[in-house]
Amino acid sequence: MSGRDVLIRARDVGKTFRRGGEEIEVLRGLSLEIGSGDFLALMGPSGSGKSTFLNLLGGLDKPTAGAIEVGGHRIDRMADRELARWRARHVGFVFQFYNLLPVLTAERNVELPLLLTGLSGAGRKKQVATALSLVGLADRARHYPRQLSGGQEQRVGIARAIATDPTFLLCDEPTGDLDRKSADEILDLLHELNTRQGKTIVMVTHDPQAAARANRVLHLDKGALVAEAAA
Amino acid sequence: MKFLPLIVANLGRKKSRTLFTALSILVAFLLYGYLAAVGLAFQLGISLTGNDRLVLRHKVSLVQLLPESYQARLEKMPGVVAVAHATFFGGVYKDPQNFFSQLAVEPERFLALYPEYVLPPEQRAAWLRNRVGAVAGRELADKYGWKVGDRIPLQASIWQPKDGTGTWELELVGIYDGAEAGTDTSQFLFRYDFFDENRVEANGLVGWYVLRVDDAERAPAIARQVDEAFANSSYDDRATTEKAFVQAVVRQVGDVGKILTGILGSVFFTILLVAVNTMIQSVRERANEIAVLKTLGFLNGQVLALVLAESSFLAAAGGLAGLGLAWLLIGQGDPTGGALPRFVLEGKAVLLGCLYIALLGLCAGLLPALWAIRLRISEALRRA
Repeated sequence: MSGRDVLIRARDVGKTFRRGGEEIEVLRGLSLEIGSGDFLALMGPSGSGKSTFLNLLGGLDKPTAGAIEVGGHRIDRMADRELARWRARHVGFVFQFYNLLPVLTAERNVELPLLLTGLSGAGRKKQVATALSLVGLADRARHYPRQLSGGQEQRVGIARAIATDPTFLLCDEPTGDLDRKSADEILDLLHELNTRQGKTIVMVTHDPQAAARANRVLHLDKGALVAEAAA
Repeated sequence: MKFLPLIVANLGRKKSRTLFTALSILVAFLLYGYLAAVGLAFQLGISLTGNDRLVLRHKVSLVQLLPESYQARLEKMPGVVAVAHATFFGGVYKDPQNFFSQLAVEPERFLALYPEYVLPPEQRAAWLRNRVGAVAGRELADKYGWKVGDRIPLQASIWQPKDGTGTWELELVGIYDGAEAGTDTSQFLFRYDFFDENRVEANGLVGWYVLRVDDAERAPAIARQVDEAFANSSYDDRATTEKAFVQAVVRQVGDVGKILTGILGSVFFTILLVAVNTMIQSVRERANEIAVLKTLGFLNGQVLALVLAESSFLAAAGGLAGLGLAWLLIGQGDPTGGALPRFVLEGKAVLLGCLYIALLGLCAGLLPALWAIRLRISEALRRA
């Protein structure tokens, strides 16, 4: 950790999946702390448990062992309904394949998480415009995903993730589907969100150049932390 | 309302699939509207008949006749206040497709029994004066553009005239209106005395008798009394209330209610399967998007509501269009050319149709909605 207040604390986290009659241990005894304002890169080979850990941090799944605390709240103990509300308030997700809804325009996609808030139509519109401006796509608001390049789609994905001003961002290989130039633009954007807006970011990546933009890099292998490197 | 763009956008995802499903629903509700109007027409015929009127007819069918001499005996029976007879004529006006009810009756007795048939006094008097006179209901007269004074030739199909021409020439002397909104004004009535004197056969025989009783509550008891009085007659007859009589006539063409329910049940069940199939396909092929919504924090209840709203929109689009089209087409008139006493799409049927639309929407969306709320986010995102 980089000397900041602890935002996320994972203690002896384990995750086991049952497939057929077989139990597969994906994570075991994983403990770490992530400070508020950290930009953490999680690296490791395929199947090392990176995405599973990211899902646990985002409350999309629950650990089979250990505890996860975010901002002082034990999210591993929350009921599904409570967890959904918590995600809406605190987590922004950025996916490798953007996961935009193809039938909605960029602005409607960005508006989706805002529909769960008590904001009025005008309030949502303002937030959407701000988020799209932050990612440099104010002029593409009315475009559908199919009318955008991969890099632009990912920018819309990031705008959607930050629209509600969440506590932290979880990025699952955000540059994995992009060419180098677009990837660098996305990494610049994430870096800017971290440094200028103070957003805490946890990013799973295979890309060493992407990891180099983070201020902490953790390596996972076979479900356990093997090394930490300060960037 | 804030979710409306999302619901509409999802419906527009596969436009042709949505369109064809909506069209199927439209056809189903068009059919519903039509059958509701037909069902009402049959029901109306029954409900408009009086409970204080009894009908005495041959036990076998309406085609079998009864002697005219019954009239005097019936009039003397306790509880019977008025009696009239009617005989089905069944002639053809210009074209066999021009079907309408034609009855040979005794004007004064018949009109006394049916005060709901309102005939102006001068036309009534003219009918009593003129042996070849006939009166028609307003709906029938309007349909054929008849006016008082017109000659109405009816080609005989059952009752041949003595003059050998095969045609009965009648003169329209009056047009009656209905006292109530639902009164049947599609009848054609002409004089029995002229008919009886000029028919080749069956003189002195009539189709059926209509009796008014002094107390509707006692109608069944009087009917039994009538049956007993004629028990030893050579004519096998039976008395029933007019309502039961009309129901029996309707049953001769089948149990209309059951037929309509059967048809509609089959149509709605098929449409339900079509709509469920559409919704299941639509929801399953966007498992990833539903997982994204849940990732963003959409609650299971919200996902359920979104899917149900989508299926309800689809049902409403097709269903309301179908009901609207049915209303327009039914407004054009009776497709049987006048065989039905009244052909309208009642407000009650429209409301019931709206209820069916709502049920269809909810039932069509329920299975896919339950599937969507059971969807595990991490698995759906991994499959994407």
